[in-house]
Amino acid sequence: MECVFGLVGNGFSILVADTSAVHSILVHKSNEDKIMVLDSHKLIAASGESGDRVQFTEFIQKNVSLYQFRNGIPLTTAAAANFTRGELATALRKSPYMVNILMAGFDKETGPSLYYLDYIATLHKVDKAAFGYGSYFALSMMDRHFHSGMSVEEAIELVDKCIIEIRSRLVVAPPNFVIKIVDKDGAREHAWRETVKETTAPPSA
Amino acid sequence: MKLDLSGLESTVPHFGTSDGLSHGFPTAPSFDLPITGDFDGFQKEAIQMVKPAKGTTTLAFIFKEGVMVAADSRASMGGYISSQSVKKIIEINPHMLGTMAGGAADCQFWHRNLGIKCRLHELANKRRISVTGASKLLANILYSYRGMGLSVGTMIAGWDETGPGLYYVDSEGGRLKGTRFSVGSGSPYAYGVLDSGYRFDMSVEEAAELARRSIYHATFRDGASGGVASVYHVGPNGWTKMSGDDVGELHYKYYPVTPSTVEQEMGEVSGA
Repeated sequence: MECVFGLVGNGFSILVADTSAVHSILVHKSNEDKIMVLDSHKLIAASGESGDRVQFTEFIQKNVSLYQFRNGIPLTTAAAANFTRGELATALRKSPYMVNILMAGFDKETGPSLYYLDYIATLHKVDKAAFGYGSYFALSMMDRHFHSGMSVEEAIELVDKCIIEIRSRLVVAPPNFVIKIVDKDGAREHAWRETVKETTAPPSA
Repeated sequence: MKLDLSGLESTVPHFGTSDGLSHGFPTAPSFDLPITGDFDGFQKEAIQMVKPAKGTTTLAFIFKEGVMVAADSRASMGGYISSQSVKKIIEINPHMLGTMAGGAADCQFWHRNLGIKCRLHELANKRRISVTGASKLLANILYSYRGMGLSVGTMIAGWDETGPGLYYVDSEGGRLKGTRFSVGSGSPYAYGVLDSGYRFDMSVEEAAELARRSIYHATFRDGASGGVASVYHVGPNGWTKMSGDDVGELHYKYYPVTPSTVEQEMGEVSGA
C-alpha cells in the first residue's frame, strides 16, 4: 500500500514515495511518479485516491505558477503550504480531496523545510514525516536514526533503511520507490529504488 | 383494416373524478410504491439488478508495431447473460480506440462525446488530437462527475504525432499512462497470460495472437466474460480489425478433442 515519507537535512529536504498504482488487488502500474516538482525549489508528494491526487497537485502547481507570473516573485515554501492548506480546508466541507501531502522546499531566507498536510487539512511544519501503511515503519525508523543537520549521504542511508524495512515487514509492500531532493540548487529527482521493472522499452518512455 | 388507436388513448385516470369521498380533491396519477420499509435500499437493489456490462475482460498493450487492443463481447445483468455480441472496443476516430468496462451506457455515451470533442479539436487546430490530450479530456469529464454514480473503466489507445499512446482512465478520475493494461472482472486472468507472453519486439501477428489468447483464457475462467474475442491493431495509419473469434471455437482450436485413452476395460468374469 501507499508509502510516502520525507525528512529535512543540512541544507536540503528529501522526499520518498512508492510508485505503485493499485486498484483493489491489481497493480496497474509500478512506475507512477507521485512526487511532483511544484516549482524550481519545491516538491510535493501526495498519496490518496489517484484522481484526487493528480487533480489536486496539478491545481496547486498551476496556481503557484500563476502567482509567480502575476507578482514576479515565487511563493515561499511556507506560503505555498498555507495556500494548499487553505484550498484543502475549503474543499473539505464541499467535495473533499482525499489526499495526504508532504511539501518540501528550499528558500534563501529560511533554508530547507518540510510541511505535513493531511486530507482533513491539518498543517504542520516538521523535520520528518510519513503517510500510509509504510509510515508505521518509516516513522519509528526515522525517530531512532534521525538527527538534525544530516548530510545527504546520511539521509539517503536512512531513507534506504526505511525502504528496506518496508519491503521486508509490510505485507502489501510496494516494489519500487522514487527519491527526490530539494536544496539551494533546486528540486530534482535523486534516484529510483526498483525491484520490479516495467518490462517494456517503448520509444519514448 | 381498422387502425389500432389504443396507443393514443390515455391510460391516466381523469383528474377530478368525484366518488363522493374525495370531493374537490383531484386524484393525481401515481405508481404503486413497493411494499418495503427501506425504500432507498430497495431502489439501490433494483438499480444494481439491471446494471449491464459489469463483467468484462479488456486489454491493450504497446509493442514495436503500435498498440494492440482486445476485448470479449459478453454483457451480463447479474447472473443473466443479456448479450453475446457487444462491441466493447469503441472506434473514437480512425486513429483512436476506446475500450468498454463498467456501465455500457456510460462508456458508450462518453466515448461518443469524446469523439465529438476530438473532431472539434481537429477542425479548430488542423491537426489530430494527441492520445494524451484526448485521454485527459475524458478523465476531466469523468472527474467532474465523480461520486455521482458513473461507472467507467476504459483504455484510450491510439497513434498520434509522438507515436503509439495508451492511457487507462476510470470514473474515479484516475488516469494512468502505461504500456500494458487490462480492465474488467477478467483482467487478473488476462494479465496472467499477457505478462508471461509479452515482449516489446513482437510482430503484429504474434501480438494479435497474444491478445486473443489472453482474452480466451480470461473468458475461460471468468464467468462474466465470453462471446467473441475481438482484436484490433493501431498502427501509424490508424486502426484495423485483426480478428473476431468465438471463444468457444477458440477453445477447440487451442485444445482439440482427442479420444481419451481407455485405462481399464470391464471384462467378462471367467468361470463361475
